[in-house]
Amino acid sequence: MNPTWTRFNITSIVLGFAFLYLPIVLLVVFSFNASKLVTVWGGFSTKWYASLFQNQGLMDAAWVTIRVALVSASVATVLGTLAALVLTRYTRFRGRVLFTGMVFAPLVMPEVITGLSLLLLFVAVGLDRGFLTVTLAHITFSMCFVAVVVQSRLLSFDRSLEEAAMDLGAPPVKTFFQITLPVIAPAVISGWMLAFTLSLDDLVIASFASGPGATTLPMKIYSQVRLGVTPEINAACTILIAIVAIGVLAASVVNKQREVQRRRDEQAAQRG
Amino acid sequence: MTNAAASVSASIPADEEKSAGARLLSGIASRLVILVPYCWLLFFFLVPFVIVFKISLSQTAISMPPYTPALDFGAGFAGLTDALKELSFDNYVWLTEDPLYFNAYISSVVIAGISTFLTLLVGYPIAYGMARAPASLRPTLLMLVILPFWTSFLIRVYAWIGILKPEGLLNQFLMGVGVISEPLIILNTYTAIFIGIVYSYLPFMVLPLYSTLEKMDNSLIEAANDLGCTPISAFWKITFPLSLPGVIAGCLLVFIPAVGEFVIPDLLGGSQTLMIGRTLWNEFFNNRDWPVASAVATILLLVLVIPIVLFQHAQAKAQEQDR
Amino acid sequence: MKSLGSIRRDFAPWNDPDAKPYIRFENVTKRFGDFTAVNNLSLTIFEREFFALLGASGCGKSTLLRMLAGFEEPTEGRILLDGQDLRGIQPYRRPVNMMFQSYALFPHMTVEKNIAFGLKQDGMAKADIDARVAEMLKLVKLERFAQRKPHQLSGGQRQRVALARSVAKRPKVLLLDEPLGALDKKLREETQFELMDLQQELGLTFVVVTHDQEEAMTMADRIAIMDKGEVMQVATPAEVYEAPNSRFVAGFVGNVNMFEGAVAERTEKTARITGSTGAQILVENAGDAAKGANVAFAIRPEKIKVSSKKPADDVNALEGEIYDIAYLGDMTVYHVKLEDGQVVRASTMNAARIVEDPLTWNDRAWVSFRPDAGVVLTR
Repeated sequence: MNPTWTRFNITSIVLGFAFLYLPIVLLVVFSFNASKLVTVWGGFSTKWYASLFQNQGLMDAAWVTIRVALVSASVATVLGTLAALVLTRYTRFRGRVLFTGMVFAPLVMPEVITGLSLLLLFVAVGLDRGFLTVTLAHITFSMCFVAVVVQSRLLSFDRSLEEAAMDLGAPPVKTFFQITLPVIAPAVISGWMLAFTLSLDDLVIASFASGPGATTLPMKIYSQVRLGVTPEINAACTILIAIVAIGVLAASVVNKQREVQRRRDEQAAQRG
Repeated sequence: MTNAAASVSASIPADEEKSAGARLLSGIASRLVILVPYCWLLFFFLVPFVIVFKISLSQTAISMPPYTPALDFGAGFAGLTDALKELSFDNYVWLTEDPLYFNAYISSVVIAGISTFLTLLVGYPIAYGMARAPASLRPTLLMLVILPFWTSFLIRVYAWIGILKPEGLLNQFLMGVGVISEPLIILNTYTAIFIGIVYSYLPFMVLPLYSTLEKMDNSLIEAANDLGCTPISAFWKITFPLSLPGVIAGCLLVFIPAVGEFVIPDLLGGSQTLMIGRTLWNEFFNNRDWPVASAVATILLLVLVIPIVLFQHAQAKAQEQDR
Repeated sequence: MKSLGSIRRDFAPWNDPDAKPYIRFENVTKRFGDFTAVNNLSLTIFEREFFALLGASGCGKSTLLRMLAGFEEPTEGRILLDGQDLRGIQPYRRPVNMMFQSYALFPHMTVEKNIAFGLKQDGMAKADIDARVAEMLKLVKLERFAQRKPHQLSGGQRQRVALARSVAKRPKVLLLDEPLGALDKKLREETQFELMDLQQELGLTFVVVTHDQEEAMTMADRIAIMDKGEVMQVATPAEVYEAPNSRFVAGFVGNVNMFEGAVAERTEKTARITGSTGAQILVENAGDAAKGANVAFAIRPEKIKVSSKKPADDVNALEGEIYDIAYLGDMTVYHVKLEDGQVVRASTMNAARIVEDPLTWNDRAWVSFRPDAGVVLTR
């Protein structure tokens, strides 16, 4: 035990995590509430999940959201990885300052501004609002998050691996696919997952960029939330949380297992 | 445009024809690597701002799209001068005439500022505790901080409605243990907005703080103690000043998006609270006044330019140090 | 006066039964979980002494230093400084200062502010602080760098700032954790002498932790050699080298040839040792090795003579073959393989530039040494 880890430190962590998790836990618990009053416990029930799956509007919205998230996360991962390569490998080219700015600004840009500006772009070029425009909008802001995730991995990447590959005769493009990409793959995968959930969660940008027929799940939830808290929405939220939690936990378990396996291999190698 | 990849492939003397081809290929490839994301961001991030600015200078019209075009690039020079005459700052004048907008900007900046400070107060002890935790525990703690960030923003804000309502869980709890006899009115007040922002943006504050605190060499604190400094004064003289880069990064990560926040004031703040993100939303969706909404966005961007540039600067500096 | 080694110092309070120890470790044990870092250790250090803790990494020497500074508390036993029990006294209340291995210079403060830091904690008057800082800067010859930040200094300069900062408060004891570890070889040698001069000038007690035996030998009045949380020997550098008390110490400090064997004959002063492979060695000053005991005879390479013919005068002479030669400039090291297979290391100073008929690989050779050239080790 680290002697500098005081009771004060432990208390602040416990309180902080309670603050972070309690609202989510309560939300999940009350999705199983039999009572229609969200805040009064009326016994355990899964009826809201049943009625959720019969709600055609929500189901349609969910399907749209998943398709948008799959497509936008995949494209954003490619673009974001390229952007990360540019940030870390090409330190000298005209317009680099502008490029860095365009990668980092969307991370903090208020969503209402991004949403409005993208919408006005789509109108200006005469693109009909719908599935395509939402997807394009999501690619644009989530690729910057992917870029940041991949970039941090590239910064700690041992360049001599690439140099060794090229020294052994692999041209740069081949080197990238055979050496660089496999090494940074975990970061690329977590970048994809981040882009996927960002797209799944987004309300503001989607509201601006989408049109009739491309209502996403957060938009649907939002319009119902405005009318009041209902157990059905709690149930929908719980499912979304569960999907994300399962995804993240599965990823971390896989990572951990790989780590354990690697350590075991290393120990075996040590023993000879 | 010089790059290492091209120069390395150029130095392979072997098969003349093949190396020339490879060089050409890798030259194209490295150019594409830059051009593809560059053009994408130019077109989908930078150009839209120009359009926003352009539309903010045009007139409202009842049509689809609901504004009169301010610039027609097809009409040549004459069209340009005509268009320049057409440009109007009416929307901006309108913003200054109605105190609603001015108040909304001020109140957004103030709310974001107070919330950022509160987030720092809540986040610092957490990040500090994590950095001091046993090394084996740290990845788990880090994971636990990041996890809420993966769950929907909307859902996390929504969860607070059920807690903060007059007949909500917090009031039930407080009245149950007898701390209060009347329910507290928190929902639809500025307090609810503060809680919402602190809650939603906490991971953004904790992560940069943790990464600077974790990197800090513990022997610095020991040295300060050794030289006669009590632990509390060592914190203020050594730990805190050295964590300033993390404090600045965290505060900017919270402050900038909080100024333009829409979901939190809309769901938790009720109709009485004033924030510019919601004003913009209303102008756009309820009043369908796109030019005024664009003008609001342009001014909001101007308000945020300095913090955004500061943020870029901090990011670039951090990247230099990692290199 | 006859002495081990070639130097004789007047400063030797450890030989004076009336001298009062300044620092006293009494049966100190420190455990981290299951791991025992320091095991029931007792040690005394005298005022104005330059004391070195020498050992491989993980031997507990740093833990010992950190317990003195107050960053760790002993699990058992106690530590006395100038008669005062240190238990429970926080690091910031102890009259000792430490120079950290990493230097631990505060990166956001200038050189001047770093040096003034400890003085400010004591609430010293501003004018006095300024005077003391100026004095310290002069002492470490960094007057021109007062306004620099640590990252604008070279490694050697940083080391000197760390030193100035830790002596600025005039502590009763200065603790130095691998003070020269981060410097390159040449700078290290220069700095060793500077540290010694500084210690003389300020009249402070220095406790230095190091894994570099040369550093400890050069600087320290006495050395404690540690292994696995225990002190193996505490003695002057010359004693440690010429009269190690155990196989571990003999092997740890410098190069040594070790002949394992049993005591075959014993007189009051001398002993005849029969090596496990039959070699016969006559030793003077055999200490307490009893007849029949299993012992090791340890002899340093420079005390062994190598010659092509059997020497007439030396009682101890063993025949072998030149197996390896390393020419190092100032000296030459011969590895001679004896008949029984043991390889003996012998070094010869190259006093003359030109040697007639030098020994070369595979030559027959004799190694010889005087009966008082080595020591008998029972432990």
